[in-house]
Amino acid sequence: MATMTDPEGGTFRPSMLLYDSRYRSATIQIVALIGFLLLIGWLVNNTVQNLADLGKSVGFGFLGERAGYDINQRLLEYSSNDSHLRASLLGLLNTLLVAVAGCALATIVGVVVGVLRLSSNWLVARIMTVYVEMFRNVPVLLWIVLSMAILIETLPPPSAYRGDEPAANMIVGESIALTNRGIYVPEPLFGRMDEDGGFVSWRHGLGDVSLFGDASLRFDVSLDLIAILATLVAGLLVSGLIRKRADRIQNATGLRPRTWYWRWGVVLIPLVLLLWVLGFYLGKPALQGFNFQGGTHLRNSFIALWLALSFYTAAFIAEIVRGGILAISHGQTEAAAALGLRQRRIMSLVVLPQALRVIIPPLISQYLNLTKNSSLAIAVGYMDLTGTLMGITLNQSGRELETVLLTMLIYLLISLSISGAMNIYNNSVKLKER
Amino acid sequence: MAGLSYVRVEMLPEREPPVSEVGLIGWLKSNLFSGWFNTILTLISLYFIYALVSSILPWLWSPTWAAQSLNECREIVSDLGKEHGGACYGVIRERWQQLLFGFYPDELRWRPILTLILLFVALAPVLFTEAFPAKMLWFTGAFLFLAPWLMWGGVIWTPLLVAAGLVIGFYAFKFSAGAIGNLAAIILAIALPILWWMFAIGPISQGLASIIPFGIEVVESRLFGGFMLSVWIGVVAIAISLFLGVVLALGRQSELMIVKYLSVGFIEFIRGVPLITLLFVASTLLNIFMPPGTNFDIILRVMIMATLFASAYIAEVIRGGLAALPRGQYEAADALGLDYWKSQRLIILPQALKISIPGIVSTFIGLFKDTTLVSIIGLLDPIGLTGSIRADANWNGIIWELYGFIAILFFISCFSMSRYSMWLERKLRKGHQ
Repeated sequence: MATMTDPEGGTFRPSMLLYDSRYRSATIQIVALIGFLLLIGWLVNNTVQNLADLGKSVGFGFLGERAGYDINQRLLEYSSNDSHLRASLLGLLNTLLVAVAGCALATIVGVVVGVLRLSSNWLVARIMTVYVEMFRNVPVLLWIVLSMAILIETLPPPSAYRGDEPAANMIVGESIALTNRGIYVPEPLFGRMDEDGGFVSWRHGLGDVSLFGDASLRFDVSLDLIAILATLVAGLLVSGLIRKRADRIQNATGLRPRTWYWRWGVVLIPLVLLLWVLGFYLGKPALQGFNFQGGTHLRNSFIALWLALSFYTAAFIAEIVRGGILAISHGQTEAAAALGLRQRRIMSLVVLPQALRVIIPPLISQYLNLTKNSSLAIAVGYMDLTGTLMGITLNQSGRELETVLLTMLIYLLISLSISGAMNIYNNSVKLKER
Repeated sequence: MAGLSYVRVEMLPEREPPVSEVGLIGWLKSNLFSGWFNTILTLISLYFIYALVSSILPWLWSPTWAAQSLNECREIVSDLGKEHGGACYGVIRERWQQLLFGFYPDELRWRPILTLILLFVALAPVLFTEAFPAKMLWFTGAFLFLAPWLMWGGVIWTPLLVAAGLVIGFYAFKFSAGAIGNLAAIILAIALPILWWMFAIGPISQGLASIIPFGIEVVESRLFGGFMLSVWIGVVAIAISLFLGVVLALGRQSELMIVKYLSVGFIEFIRGVPLITLLFVASTLLNIFMPPGTNFDIILRVMIMATLFASAYIAEVIRGGLAALPRGQYEAADALGLDYWKSQRLIILPQALKISIPGIVSTFIGLFKDTTLVSIIGLLDPIGLTGSIRADANWNGIIWELYGFIAILFFISCFSMSRYSMWLERKLRKGHQ
């Protein structure tokens, strides 16, 4: 800003606090700070007084008390005898689950729709435009309750699967059942030891390790999963080494050795072997009595929320992707073609790296929106953080202040970590200018 | 040379382009059936459209406008011999007014309608700067005080006295600026109206009302509902948050560190939490934060939180506008010797606000859609009303017609707003070239 030239020296007079530019900014800031502190003090004072009138105290002891409510869709084991803290933890995990699943599906749908909107096929482009406008201009809450209604009203009840000539059939090789009580999908299982501790066969899973004993935060870690992940990571590392070697040979000789079967092989073969050794099989759902047993039961509430959030956000992502691709000038593609690059390499080496720089920041803010919108789970009864901590726990313990503030704090932490990751990414891909 | 017989001397007449390249067939060929891949895509799309239309159209065509209950609808539909049922429009006929106005008294519905019309008049000079005279902005200013009076009713003196507070502030600044200096005058111009609003308005308005009791019937906010509630919350929140947003944006751009960090902290906090948590604050906590004995009604509390929510987003939009201004504008203002407030008021903000209008409209669309969240804390917005309509024995079990009606209402309003914002964006881009 402007350079200030104030006369040096002279004695200090109180009026200089306002009219001398050397002191004025400090004065304004101190006044602002005092005003802010007064406001906070006023709010806290009111709160303390109001709580005292209501005979309430402030404390987080209620988190250790018995929750007494059920969470039907859950990632960890839980019973109504567990504490509010554990219920909230499960709620948080449910929030993260639907956020991650939603971001994944929204990205896939969004990229496909965004690319198809640019299609030279008039009809496809129009359909995608209609999709985008339809989803963007209707509230997400309406989409959520509408998806829930569609799932409940249009899918057959489990009883439709009964009998010799059932009205409904399971799909994908008799393994997935779509019912109005939710969707049953096969669950991955491993060979188990029998009850005496002996082995049914020599092929069996590794079992679980329980952490934190009986504490509220206890959880089981599946050793099978860790073994699978470790094998996968190792395979990918080796595959990367093979690619590097191919690059080296190409740089030295100009000829690229054919490596794709090696690269797939080192990832897949150990994985298949490991799964075989662990006795991997899929536990399919089967109709027993009035309902399906076995398999993983995805409740309607989860599916409705997941689909609605994904398709709603995908409409926004499609626009971002379209904008990103349009932002790359045609000259870039032509220049790459003039260098003799093939179509696929033009895409991966020239267009995508530039388009991604435009796409990623708004994309991540859409992820942020999706995560925040997942709090609408409460509308369909999916027990996420809002449904547990700010929902039933609030009602049962009567601690509005603590639960609501704690919920806000947790969402804030999630948001800040996502936007922190975005900043790191932004800095890493920023154009290095002089 | 003339003897060369193989050189054509006269021009051949122009021939029509091949039929396959022009007209409908040419268009079809280049847009739908160019290559096998596009042909497959086209066929899949056609099948998709056919499947969608053939399953929805028969359902939509259903002469149930006069039906009094869902059962009657079902009888009409089954008499027609439809396999997959049909829509039941009776509920829309019976309840559309409720979906639009909530429980706002029947005979007073001209007030929200008039407010909406006046809203468009007030917005016209802001949104279409070239087509309407700038003098209409005076009406826009007056509308800010007129609209709440029309919606809530009461004596005319209250909005007039509230507006008088601004006049007091203006003259306090004008007359004291010379005597006590700019900054002190600004502080005085802020403090006097606040004192006026807090202490003077109540008694004076009561006094005036007892002398000249001119007013319209009071409508309590618990009667507000339906689509009107969504629009009203959205409009109030955006209108107030424009002022807060400008302050926050300037604070965030400020060189004063404490002011800057306070603004950043507020903006990031609000943007980091879901709106539903703020609405829970409105429904459970706000009365706890206020002095004992204060009791705002729930709609007012929701409006406060929605305003805070919107102001953080508006602040970011305006910050974008401030950042988009060329640096030269700031330097030119400095070169003219203008102080901070004068340069903001005369040079920076008019330009920055103008280029942020598309962003502000987008924020409004987002907020307008988000107002449906108030149904979660029990307010009767359109989605909240579907529950109470379904609780009626006549309409128990009705789903698609209500959701469809609400979706169409939202679609029409949001779509037209987003078209406007795109049009403005194009116009601004041309203006800058």
